[in-house]
Amino acid sequence: MLRRLSLAAVLASVLSLAACGSSSSDTAASASGSGAAKSLTVFAAASLTETFTELGRQFESTHSGTKVTFNFGSSATLAQQITQGAPAGVFAAASPATMKTVTDAGLASAPTVFVKNTLQIAVPQDNPAKVESLKDLTDPKVKVALCAEQVPCGAAATKALDAAGLKVTPVTLEQDVKATLTKVRLGEVDAALVYRTDVIASGGKVKGIDFPEAEQAVNDYPIAVLTKAPAPDLAKQFVDLVLSQQGRDVLTKAGFQAP
Amino acid sequence: MTGPVRARGPRARTPWPLLVPALAGLAFLVLPLAGLLARAPWATLPERLAEPRVLEALRLSLVTATIATAVCLLLGVPLAWLLARTTLPGRRLLRALVTVPLVLPPVVGGVALLLVLGRRGLAGQWLYDAFGVSLPFTTTGVVVAEAFVAMPFLVIAVEGALRAADQRYEEAAATLGASRWTVFRRVTLPMVAPGVLAGAVLCWARALGEFGATITFAGNFPGRTQTMPLAVYLALETDPDAAIVLSLVLLAVSVIVLAGLRDRWVGAA
Repeated sequence: MLRRLSLAAVLASVLSLAACGSSSSDTAASASGSGAAKSLTVFAAASLTETFTELGRQFESTHSGTKVTFNFGSSATLAQQITQGAPAGVFAAASPATMKTVTDAGLASAPTVFVKNTLQIAVPQDNPAKVESLKDLTDPKVKVALCAEQVPCGAAATKALDAAGLKVTPVTLEQDVKATLTKVRLGEVDAALVYRTDVIASGGKVKGIDFPEAEQAVNDYPIAVLTKAPAPDLAKQFVDLVLSQQGRDVLTKAGFQAP
Repeated sequence: MTGPVRARGPRARTPWPLLVPALAGLAFLVLPLAGLLARAPWATLPERLAEPRVLEALRLSLVTATIATAVCLLLGVPLAWLLARTTLPGRRLLRALVTVPLVLPPVVGGVALLLVLGRRGLAGQWLYDAFGVSLPFTTTGVVVAEAFVAMPFLVIAVEGALRAADQRYEEAAATLGASRWTVFRRVTLPMVAPGVLAGAVLCWARALGEFGATITFAGNFPGRTQTMPLAVYLALETDPDAAIVLSLVLLAVSVIVLAGLRDRWVGAA
């Protein structure tokens, strides 16, 4: 008797799982169709988190009934998710190289550079190591965090240091720019090379120092509508908003520069 | 454990309500591994493996995971004993607190460690001012992060073994005049040895695969704090093939070590 019961319970749970599966795919199908509720999925670089969230809100207010969903993350990871078939409409990357992996796979064409970002030296508010220039980072007593070379901010940092002919030995090579900034914010390192936009987004928790060599390592941000976008019209309209004056205002206020 | 099952003989049929989900569970756990094997760049495998950075990361992973396991044994076994054998007030709360690192996303665990042990952390500030010691960005920091995340596995396994062990042997030893410490050393510990070993194996495996707390607390620098999982994550950014190779190396080494241990000790127990 007990055996029967437990068996029935197992079967019931399996059936309910199956039911869940089918119902969720139903809703997914209706959302991608041309029903009343329309949705757009945007894959964007982590450094665009604040600005694109704001632009998404503006887009939703002018397109009533439309829901914009974001997937923010490392550009390289996002590019990989897209090439593996993630159902995205728009891709905004922090480097042309990561966009290239998507265009090479034939999943996007004609990306447009919509902003550029430059590096700054970020130091804790009280600047304990008295860092003033890029050269100060070569002092072995100064603890420096850089992004790993595999991610765009790390590639930019290497380019800037090479241009200046300086060799810095960091204590850590972080996995993304926000993690690098966190180390400065907590005072665990004396300085780091991060994007100017990240310094502004920290809301005064860290201090940014400009350095002339940053001009050698400007990062272009390309954006493109994906060829397999579930709602291509909406995707196109979102890209138009990003490229418009209205979009540029939001982006430059956050520290990005016009291309 | 294996005695009674064997006595029944290999002919005893496995009931299908157990067999079917068991096989489904096995497939669920093993299939992702098959995916890695299928996508591995076999042609370039030898030259990729010969890269010094791979060996460096592997060595660092094995060394730190082993030291972290030793630290967990040293602190975790007594902690498990405290939870299982004493009547501390608020023991339930303590037991729940021990599992916190299990529930906490490892990255959050790493931030928490920074807030306590970092250069400007609650305790770390004092360490830094008094001794000039700063744990973040050091190999010791890797061990700290791994031990923090892996210790609950050991404590829970050992506590379970202690609860299941027959306390009458301990009582008998005590009535014969053994002190509590002697009872622990000569009676309790040998009785729960298989549980301790199982816990240590889990703990080591968890430490070996640790990523989030390590990269947050100890950072990432080749040869010093870049363990295999960190190397895998960064390789994934630019070169997925390299990431697959690194994952396979980590998997192969851990499977060999764990299977070897099982035959030598766990199987014999």
